[in-house]
Amino acid sequence: MFESRQKVISNQYPAWKYLLLLIAIILGGIYAAPNLFGDDPSVQISPAKSVQFDDATQGTITQALAEAQLEPKAIGYENNQFLIRFHSADEQLKARSVLKETFGRQAVVALNLAPATPDFLRSLGGQPMYLGLDLRGGVHFLMDVDMEAVVEKTYLRYVDEIKGSFREERIRYLSIDYDTDHLLVKFRGETIPETAEAVLNKQFPGEFTLTPVENEAAWILRLLPITLKEARTYALKQNITTLRNRINELGVAEPVIQQQGDRRIVVQLPGVQDTAKAKEILGATATLEFRLVEEKGDAYRAQKTGYAPNGSRLYQFRDGRPILLKRSIIVSGDNVINAQAGISSDSGSPEVNVTLDGVGGRKMLATTKENVGNRMAVVYIENRVETIEVNGEMVKKRSTTKDVINAAVIRGQFANRFQITGLDSPQEAQDLSLLLRAGALAAPMEIIEERTVGPSLGQDNIDQGFMSVIVGFILVLIVMVWRYKTLGMIANVALTLNLVLIVAVLSLLQATLTLPGIAGIVLTVGMAVDANVLIFERIREELKISSIQTAIHAGYEKAFVTIADANITTLLAALVLFSFGTGPIKGFAITLSIGIITSMFTAILGTRAVVNMLYGNKPVEKISI
Amino acid sequence: MSQTMDNQMENKQINFMGYRKHAMVFSVILIVISLAGLWVKGLNFGIDFTGGTLVELAYEDAADVDAIRSTLVSNGYESATVQNFGSAEEVLIRIAPMEGMNSAQISNQVMTALKTDHSEAFELRRVEFVGPQVGDELTEDGALALIYALIGVLIYVALRFEFRFSVGAVSALIHDVVITLGVFSWTQAQFDLTVLAALLAVIGYSLNDTIVVFDRVRENFRTVRDGSPEEVSNLAINQMLARTLMTSFTTLLVLIALFVLGGEVIHYFALALIIGVVVGTYSSTFVASSIALSLGVSKEDLMQPVKEGADPAEQEAELNRIFLEQEAARELKQKNKK
Repeated sequence: MFESRQKVISNQYPAWKYLLLLIAIILGGIYAAPNLFGDDPSVQISPAKSVQFDDATQGTITQALAEAQLEPKAIGYENNQFLIRFHSADEQLKARSVLKETFGRQAVVALNLAPATPDFLRSLGGQPMYLGLDLRGGVHFLMDVDMEAVVEKTYLRYVDEIKGSFREERIRYLSIDYDTDHLLVKFRGETIPETAEAVLNKQFPGEFTLTPVENEAAWILRLLPITLKEARTYALKQNITTLRNRINELGVAEPVIQQQGDRRIVVQLPGVQDTAKAKEILGATATLEFRLVEEKGDAYRAQKTGYAPNGSRLYQFRDGRPILLKRSIIVSGDNVINAQAGISSDSGSPEVNVTLDGVGGRKMLATTKENVGNRMAVVYIENRVETIEVNGEMVKKRSTTKDVINAAVIRGQFANRFQITGLDSPQEAQDLSLLLRAGALAAPMEIIEERTVGPSLGQDNIDQGFMSVIVGFILVLIVMVWRYKTLGMIANVALTLNLVLIVAVLSLLQATLTLPGIAGIVLTVGMAVDANVLIFERIREELKISSIQTAIHAGYEKAFVTIADANITTLLAALVLFSFGTGPIKGFAITLSIGIITSMFTAILGTRAVVNMLYGNKPVEKISI
Repeated sequence: MSQTMDNQMENKQINFMGYRKHAMVFSVILIVISLAGLWVKGLNFGIDFTGGTLVELAYEDAADVDAIRSTLVSNGYESATVQNFGSAEEVLIRIAPMEGMNSAQISNQVMTALKTDHSEAFELRRVEFVGPQVGDELTEDGALALIYALIGVLIYVALRFEFRFSVGAVSALIHDVVITLGVFSWTQAQFDLTVLAALLAVIGYSLNDTIVVFDRVRENFRTVRDGSPEEVSNLAINQMLARTLMTSFTTLLVLIALFVLGGEVIHYFALALIIGVVVGTYSSTFVASSIALSLGVSKEDLMQPVKEGADPAEQEAELNRIFLEQEAARELKQKNKK
């Protein structure tokens, strides 16, 4: 019995535990280190779509900067991007305007803060912590895609397509009408034509269900959930792509554009200061439609009477002139890939070059083949969605304005590339191309949340957060030494290591550090000593009844279960926080969780190692606690 | 009486469980006051929950709050509130969600109006706009998160200890959350998303304290062989008192640092945690154990979960071993003294 206990209380750690600790200290040091070096104000240049940087590009940059008498700290090229570092923010701003002029539309020139991590650390994968928008300044938008509009649009597309295939197969139908979640397909006569179902099934296999309406020659057509889901996913993706292009025009260094849930998009623009412009560009939600002009009817008469001739619809130009357009849409804004203003090479007059995607090109070819000499109009549809409160309930209100922005004669057949000419001025061409590009948005979107932090507040947040960590930390250090003497000092070493490890893990994971995240670190500093407090109080207690070696051993052993239990419950709360929380709150949950885990390591293994080294396996008369 | 008990008796012992009736009355009074506050005054919800727009501006010189307000009112923002924020130069403008106005544009319009009406230069510090639907979702998610956290605790403690302990723990947590909310309602301190996060952290923290005590109660049930549940609990609380106070003290220290130095954004977060830690320390000492006791927790309840399937003889042997070990340790110590 006595011997077995003797073995227990020797208080020695095997070499591998010291090794483990040493490795943790070294790795922690390496990966926390990049945070010490700060940032360089820099300019980031990335090529515009379809532009490729080559060897000469760097020469162009150096030359442009030299002409402006700007001396960069360094020029780097990585991931098809140039990163030019400067000594001051002043130089950075000057350089941006110089480079913007040099590259024009060929490249996106954006301001950035590039971490000044030394090369040897970077080669090991070391990076500073990723600061959230509340610390670095910037804009956070949450956009909601109007999925009801997507559903409506999808149904309306089917209306056109079904009508087309009915006409081809000479099936006589009366009407196809859209109602919130279905189409009502009515036929002429008493019964549904026998061939109708076969035609639809062949043309659109497995895309919808048909339910006959009682006592009527009609179907209710419902799209299958999977078809609608595809439409929604597509709309979301399309909107993300469009947003990305628009943001490139803004010139933001590290934009984040992410899907959130099944109908929302998060847009984060670090460092953007002109939020009004950002909102304007992001918030515009317009779509386009290309339609044939109905040349037979009298548009002015239709405007007076309010009745458009069969198969056509009344529209207006922006200046109020009426025009009749055919009901069917040739292609819509979804199919527009690009639109660029330019000067026609043969006539020298302004024009807009439009590029459509494959589907759009095929449809355009089919239409223009038969309509050379007729006019085609571009309708610009602006959708605004607002959520307003009516009698305490949230109601979505959609308002739409439709303007014909251009109507031009089709000079010959074309497919996915064509020019719109006959514009009055280069400015008009510029405006039209902008509208066309802006119109390439699949579904209306609404900003439902905005959080903007100005750069000065971001810096204040960093300073204040840093200050609270330091002050809190020092206070805890003092209290621990006051209460636990030598062992308190050991705990303080562990606490310091804990702080280093938290920073290292955060840097390695590149988890976003937010202001609540810093608060989480502060809180962790306060709570991390709990493990040591538990152990030390237990050792004191045990010292009353047993030898020093036994007391140390028992203190650590017995407190362990308690520490584990207590920390698991805190982790549980952090997990709930993480799973429900948004941005900043997630940051709090992350630092809290990391802090709890690293503190277990440092407060138990770390302090024990030092304690064993000091007191283990030797006759100790007195322990300073 | 075992040796351990004797030893403890030599020390000063506070009869916490003896005060438990008083503590109960005290807690009930606090809870009633808190609920009354919530009923009468409600919480001063921030825009995270109500929706609306918040604009923080920093002027170069002291800002003229009244002039700013009248500019806003004359531009159609009757509901706008303007106040200094942190310093005389900084102002905070809040605008409630408005009917028929595209809310995302409000902040732009506010800035334009202020720029045209006043010559004083200002800098945009912060804009927060939360759409009504987001506000509703956050409120719902927040409430759910609190409930999930409590259910998670209930299950964990029930598995790790015993069902009556988990009722005790959860009651203590509800106690803490309600009283913290009560303070927020009576002071009308702003309740925003960070405060909700703080409440969840309070749950984690206060539970931490409670678990530590329960853990010791369980251990004492095993080692202190003939104490009544009440004595055993009392002993556990006393044994853990130094630790509880010490940890609460260090945590409060860092929280006060955060409260004073962390800036306005984090102010209420720190406040919620400070209240929560104080109340949590009290509740883990007075509330959690006494509820478990009132529900009739006894020694036998805790014997089983510790070593599942172990037969009583083995457990008896284990207890003997612990006892002997302590005896031996005591002998050793006496020897050392000589």
